[in-house]
Amino acid sequence: MHRSAQQEGTKAETVIDIEEVMQQVAEHKGCGTQGGSGKASCGSAAGQGDLPTEIWEKVKNHPCYSEEAHHHYARMHVAVAPACNIQCNYCNRKYDCANESRPGVVSEKLTPEQAAKKVLAVASTIPQMTVLGIAGPGDPLANPAKTFKTFELISQTAPDIKLCLSTNGLALPDHVDEIARYNVDHVTITINMVDPEIGAKIYPWIFWNHKRYTGVEAAKILTDRQLQGLEMLTERGILCKINSVMIPGINDRHLVEVNRAVKSRGAFLHNIMPLISAPEHGTVFGLTGQRGPSAQELKALQDSCEGEMNMMRHCRQCRADAVGLLGEDRSAEFTTDKIMEMEVNYDLDTRKAYQAKVEEERIAKVAAKQEELSALAGERSDIRLLVAVATKGSGLINEHFGHAKEFQIYELSTGGAKFVGHRRVDLYCQGGYGEEDSLETIIRAINDCHAVFVAKIGGCPKNDLIAAGIEPVDQFAHEFIEKSAIAWFKTYLDKVNGGEIEHLARGDAEIRQGALIA
Amino acid sequence: MALKIISSQCTSCSACEAECPNVAISEKGGTFVIDPKKCTECLGHFDSPQCAAVCPVDDTCVIDNAFPRYQLPA
Ligand code: SF4
Ligand code: SF4
Ligand code: SF4
Repeated sequence: MHRSAQQEGTKAETVIDIEEVMQQVAEHKGCGTQGGSGKASCGSAAGQGDLPTEIWEKVKNHPCYSEEAHHHYARMHVAVAPACNIQCNYCNRKYDCANESRPGVVSEKLTPEQAAKKVLAVASTIPQMTVLGIAGPGDPLANPAKTFKTFELISQTAPDIKLCLSTNGLALPDHVDEIARYNVDHVTITINMVDPEIGAKIYPWIFWNHKRYTGVEAAKILTDRQLQGLEMLTERGILCKINSVMIPGINDRHLVEVNRAVKSRGAFLHNIMPLISAPEHGTVFGLTGQRGPSAQELKALQDSCEGEMNMMRHCRQCRADAVGLLGEDRSAEFTTDKIMEMEVNYDLDTRKAYQAKVEEERIAKVAAKQEELSALAGERSDIRLLVAVATKGSGLINEHFGHAKEFQIYELSTGGAKFVGHRRVDLYCQGGYGEEDSLETIIRAINDCHAVFVAKIGGCPKNDLIAAGIEPVDQFAHEFIEKSAIAWFKTYLDKVNGGEIEHLARGDAEIRQGALIA
Repeated sequence: MALKIISSQCTSCSACEAECPNVAISEKGGTFVIDPKKCTECLGHFDSPQCAAVCPVDDTCVIDNAFPRYQLPA
């Protein structure tokens, strides 16, 4: 089961196709703008590029897999599976599964029948809702009956909804056939190590074959089962994303090896997430004071894995019962009580019409970026810098600085604008805390950026940002992000070249700890 | 002749319910309880009590001293 490093090399061919092309989808590079490839692969599909059509069909409307799609499409999770078969040191099971969602938040547990009704209710209200996920709290495959019952009910009434599932992988090999039978097209496996010695520091125990195993023995079984499950899924053509939690001092360097191991087994996307750990979560890591990575450490690791395979950088570690576009949660509108009273009218045609409109918007956005990029042609500079963007979605700079719950981070260079992540921030306008404090929090979160693009910003925060060395940019309000960022970058380069300003490196930034409530 | 669940520690995760070979565990009032008439301490089925082995909270599924230990029928 556990393949040696040499064997891995031979399996690598199976991923090649997906490899290059997925970058475009996974990271917003809708148009093969990345140096080297040089292909003008911007067809009318806005982002398909050279991606094999069957894979493109699977990912294009999936907000968790495609940075491009996540601006336009929505996903929801239902929590039907509270039991788990392993223990992770970053998890306190009073709360949601930290693998796929945020610690410190409790999701409402639903029966499969309630969950199916909820999905239909949401899908009828939010036509962008294209994906249903079953993740934590707990492991969906430690609760196979509830998980597959939910899938069955939904596939009967709403066949256009894509199903996906997140698992720790321990029980995965036992359920691969069933996963294929329900047409589940995406599976996320959380793999934090391929070395049992390291695993023993992350997992105190597992429950397998009617027995509790601990230490290295437990971690060995877990890694063997995870990699076996991954191979079985990719053999059947089911897309697999790997989540890894970056735990500084434990698996941070090792994740490069994990990246190689999963790539060679056909995983198509690797999502490295920062450990979120605070003493009040009551997790083992929270109590031992294990810290999470800084923004720079996380980006450095993602960059070093990127040559190897596609990295997913837009994961927001959303809560397990989240509803809505990524970074937005409308779950309060859909509590169990409200759903059970709702008259649900599932209208496939309205949904299709809506989705066609969204597709047009995407094409417009990609075209706008392409146009601006040609303006950069001929520019030569080694300067690479980060900017933060306040956005509500649709690829536009359309959020007020004070209302932003998160900022998207783009890396700018003469190669264009590349999405590299997002930063959560406290609501600056909401009061409660002193305004000064929240502004400081924001500055710390985007401290590695040269500029912040907003639709609007007040005078006070503007001055404080300038004092902190971050340029507030509001002249591109309601315009496309990438196009505007490139235009700004061009002016910046001109100023540097003209000696008007000096290009200085920025410091590190903080990753916000604790649960994002909204 | 049975185990019990310390209900103040139970997270209601339901993991034990599915593992019990005797269907002795069920949900009551928000937490899970063991029916002492059905529990056999897993004797004859498995090496160790399954509920205790799967439970995420240590010392939550414990021997209930109110009953004599379970004996396998001869
Ligand atoms: S797999 Fe998820 S629910 Fe289970 S212990 Fe780990 S983080 Fe918690
Ligand atoms: S000890 Fe075994 S038989 Fe008794 S409740 Fe636990 S799982 Fe069931
Ligand atoms: S496994 Fe433990 S925490 Fe979970 S329901 Fe059973 S007794 Fe409660």
